[in-house]
Amino acid sequence: MTPLSFFNRLARLTITSGKQFAHDPLTLVGTLIVALFIFLAIFGPAIAPYDFAERAGPPRQAPTWAYPFGTDNLGRDVFSRVIWGTREIMGLSGLGTGISVAIGLCVGLVIGYFGGLLDEIISRAFDSLLGIPALVLALVLLGTLGPSNFSIIAVIVIIYVPIITRVIRSATLNVRDSGYIEAAKLRGESILYILFREILPSVLPALAVEAALRFSYAIFLTASLGFLGLGVQPPSPDWGRMIGESRNFMRLLPWMMAFPAAAIALLVIGINLFADGLRKILRYEGQDV
Amino acid sequence: MARFILRRLLLLLVTLFVTSMIVFALTQLLPGDVARLILGREAGEQALINLRAELGLNDPIPVQYIKWLSGFIVGDWGVAFGPGRPEILPLVAERLGNSLRLAFFALALSIPLGILLGLAAGLKPGGIIDGIVSIFSLSVVGLPEFVTGLVLINIFAIQLDILPASASTTEANLIEWIRRLLLPAITATLVLLGYIARMTRAGVIDEMRKPYVRMATLKGLPRRTIIFKHVLRNALLPTITIIAISFGWLIGGIVIIESVFSYNGIGRLIIDAVGRKDIPLLQAVVMVVVVFYALASLVADLLYAALNPRIRLE
Repeated sequence: MTPLSFFNRLARLTITSGKQFAHDPLTLVGTLIVALFIFLAIFGPAIAPYDFAERAGPPRQAPTWAYPFGTDNLGRDVFSRVIWGTREIMGLSGLGTGISVAIGLCVGLVIGYFGGLLDEIISRAFDSLLGIPALVLALVLLGTLGPSNFSIIAVIVIIYVPIITRVIRSATLNVRDSGYIEAAKLRGESILYILFREILPSVLPALAVEAALRFSYAIFLTASLGFLGLGVQPPSPDWGRMIGESRNFMRLLPWMMAFPAAAIALLVIGINLFADGLRKILRYEGQDV
Repeated sequence: MARFILRRLLLLLVTLFVTSMIVFALTQLLPGDVARLILGREAGEQALINLRAELGLNDPIPVQYIKWLSGFIVGDWGVAFGPGRPEILPLVAERLGNSLRLAFFALALSIPLGILLGLAAGLKPGGIIDGIVSIFSLSVVGLPEFVTGLVLINIFAIQLDILPASASTTEANLIEWIRRLLLPAITATLVLLGYIARMTRAGVIDEMRKPYVRMATLKGLPRRTIIFKHVLRNALLPTITIIAISFGWLIGGIVIIESVFSYNGIGRLIIDAVGRKDIPLLQAVVMVVVVFYALASLVADLLYAALNPRIRLE
């Protein structure tokens, strides 16, 4: 495949999937939700009326036009905090997922393609790592690294790399012995060419769907750690931590919990709808191309 | 079958062995001087040196690992660093018992209910129950268990005031016990139910399309016999795997649920141990969790193989 035809195909794929996305209402909704949150993550600080740590008005204010999500026990604007929190959670989960996908893809391609002892060792080691429930592993890691943004990303990477590697490895195994790989080998193509030009396109659907799902789990994980008080440190606005802090005010200030919770739910459901759509489209493309 | 079980057991042992190394390495990396953590800030230099020698902290790391692992295997788990320096084994056993009670309560609620809902949804795709199941699964996907837990507390403990918000109990009274465990168990059930129902639904839809069902119908078998004796048996294969995975999830998810409901189970013990940097306690608890996790997946594999002979030949 020449680079030109690769880009041609990529362009065609983008256009046809764009059309399909628009045709499937649920997928469209999911895509719009994800787009909205990406927008908030980037431009949130410009949109939010107040700073996340600032005392914006009287404390314990129920939602009004001035404070659409109310104010918390310290008088901070919940609306602004939810918006600022978008950047926090999307950034940490997104970066963590992105790094995991990059590492998992490379390791998975290599061990899937070469197999042998290296594959055996890495697969066993990763299986053993997966033998520790994700949240428990996260707690131990955070205890070791201490709570910081870097630790949260490291936790996501350590938990997800084995999972993504496993998915990519098995997708690679499926095509490893195909004729076109054999042909590339006989043409004397380099290993890098075979891994990234020949094998990568066929594992791309699995990778895309997996990445989307991992992203939604990463959001859960980050929020759960925040809830336990081990994630993003105050005064940074973390949705999970906001919910955790609202426990003592549940009866009198229900909006303190309701809005961050709704934000998590909306974002995660959006990502899941998007991932479902991606799965449908890519499977279709997989058969067509 | 015997060979399959043997191979699976061997694999389990290898995995557990590597996992134990990971757990040991991670907990060794916890920052802080252990001797100082135990004795406190004012401890004299000599006392620190003595304690380090007593705990074997001067040994090379591999020696420490082997001592720890052999101690763990024979049940010599040592004492925790925490207040009162309690024996680890009885402490973990007690907390594990609490967690398992909660886990089984949740599974006892969610498995029959999930299978029933999934069956009803799968027999009539697009029907009312199917709609309820899919809305339910979608909402469960989006809500973390700490949110559902807090909402349940808000409704049943605060607004209606009919159930306790805290689940910690020393009561032997069965009714009181159920009352206290009900909210945390429902929280876990809400998550599990979605998975189990969805899996069963997919299995039932798949099986109903197969020729043997039409054959059985044409043969004049009553619908009840077809569904319960033939379809459900095959449809439940993937569900069984999901249930075993759920058990694994439950062990992790229980950390959050126990924290929401202040329930003294193994999850809170992990959080405490991490917070106090109580290394021996943390090592023991995490290993116990890992062993349970591994056993759950072993049981799933064996059940699957017992029900589906094709797997064994692989």
